[in-house]
Amino acid sequence: MVNRAGLESWVSGLGRLTLLLMEIGKSLFTQKFNWDGFMQQMHFIGVKSQSVVLITGAFTGMVLCAQTYFQFHKVHMDSATLAVVSVSMCSELGPVLTALMVAGRVGAAMAAELGTMKVTEQIDALRTLATHPVDYLVVPRLLATLVAMPLLTIEAVAIGIGSGYVLGVGLLGMDAAYSWAFVVKYTDVNEIYTGIIKATIFGLCIALIGCYKGLNCEGGAEGVGKSTTEAVVYSSITVLMSNFFLTLLLNRIFP
Amino acid sequence: MIETHELSKKFGSNVVLDKVSFSVPESQRLVIIGRSGTGKSVLLKHLIGLMEPDSGEVKVDGEKITGLEERELLRVRSKFGMLFQSAALFDSLSVAENVGFVLQREGKLSAAEQKEKISEALEMVELAGTEEKKPSELSGGMRKRVGLARAIIYRPEIIVYDEPTTGLDPIVSDSIDKLILRVNEQLKATTIVVTHDMRTVKTVAQRVMMLKKGHIYVDTTPDELFSSQDPVVHQFVNGIADAKNIEFEP
Repeated sequence: MVNRAGLESWVSGLGRLTLLLMEIGKSLFTQKFNWDGFMQQMHFIGVKSQSVVLITGAFTGMVLCAQTYFQFHKVHMDSATLAVVSVSMCSELGPVLTALMVAGRVGAAMAAELGTMKVTEQIDALRTLATHPVDYLVVPRLLATLVAMPLLTIEAVAIGIGSGYVLGVGLLGMDAAYSWAFVVKYTDVNEIYTGIIKATIFGLCIALIGCYKGLNCEGGAEGVGKSTTEAVVYSSITVLMSNFFLTLLLNRIFP
Repeated sequence: MIETHELSKKFGSNVVLDKVSFSVPESQRLVIIGRSGTGKSVLLKHLIGLMEPDSGEVKVDGEKITGLEERELLRVRSKFGMLFQSAALFDSLSVAENVGFVLQREGKLSAAEQKEKISEALEMVELAGTEEKKPSELSGGMRKRVGLARAIIYRPEIIVYDEPTTGLDPIVSDSIDKLILRVNEQLKATTIVVTHDMRTVKTVAQRVMMLKKGHIYVDTTPDELFSSQDPVVHQFVNGIADAKNIEFEP
């Protein structure tokens, strides 16, 4: 049973998150953009996340291919295997698994870095130097995540399908031409749009929650640890829950 | 000129500031003292708008800053420079990037002009040649000096120091005190220092305010403070612990 204090804290947290989002909007349209910060974050979020995202994409594609093949082989539908991998990776597994990996790596780093800055008075120092923390710290991180997430997702999907293809054709003996033909036939461009839109929204959730948890960190090392854990847990849950609703919504938009 | 009028703040049931009113004229060097937990740092953060009071107000050059939005406060804060207790240097930036942070954000000066200003500020705090170092490579005293260089590079009208000598050895503490004096003389900036250190009071203060239980207990000159016969002031100035309140672990 949810107690009253917990509910109040949850609602006020939601309110503060909305205020942060509004402040980000205000900053985007009225303040000078911090290009240096954006490029640094693009390097950290985009470039440095590639290895973990590629490994995740590759092994997910291969295991999905293997499992699907084992079932489809029983009903002699081997060449449809890769099409299942492709559709699943584009619209569901690619964006969700990329988001979970980015939440673990980037969301945690944002909460820890901003949280440490908060408890060591560096955020206050920024404010005394006439710099709004949202302009300098949050906006570059958020925009970099919004740009990087779709690109990372495309990479994960491509490597997932590619790995599935190599496994299926090279090891399991699937027919290369039919497999590829079914991939092209059944992977609609809408599946790709769905994946990219989901990735962008997941990126927004991860960066927003990571920055929010960091900026609202209280206490010393314990507080930073708590904020970091909460950032990963909340953004992962948000990704998984919003994925369900986005699937229903996007299915209406791209039937 | 900074003024506070009946400034009050409490955290939970703990009253930290209770209707505190005072004003600091331009160029004055005010030192705020008091035992730990009497609200000195909280008061300082109210003066610069980093904290919002429960009631009362703060005025800077006649402008009421209490209740202003954060973006409006940024404009007011450009009049201030602040040295934090921990120096609060940005870990990810070099000394030069820390010191020149405001210049880089403003973007009004060329890179060469910024570099010259940074060198000047570092020379002023006797740290020339440390531009490329990271904060983690500096000692406590050096970090405070870099923090001061960062606070004075844009020549603020008011400089506030939160326990500038805490955790430093006596010689470094003395050099920081002298630096505060020199900066005050060169920039003609209003100076507000929060400290426990009686040597800082002797060296820096033109006026001393002692806080006790959220009130201004004493507002006087350093000479009168050191010759005061008031038991509370005498006890604090001479650092005498109350024997009956000392608890020993068995």
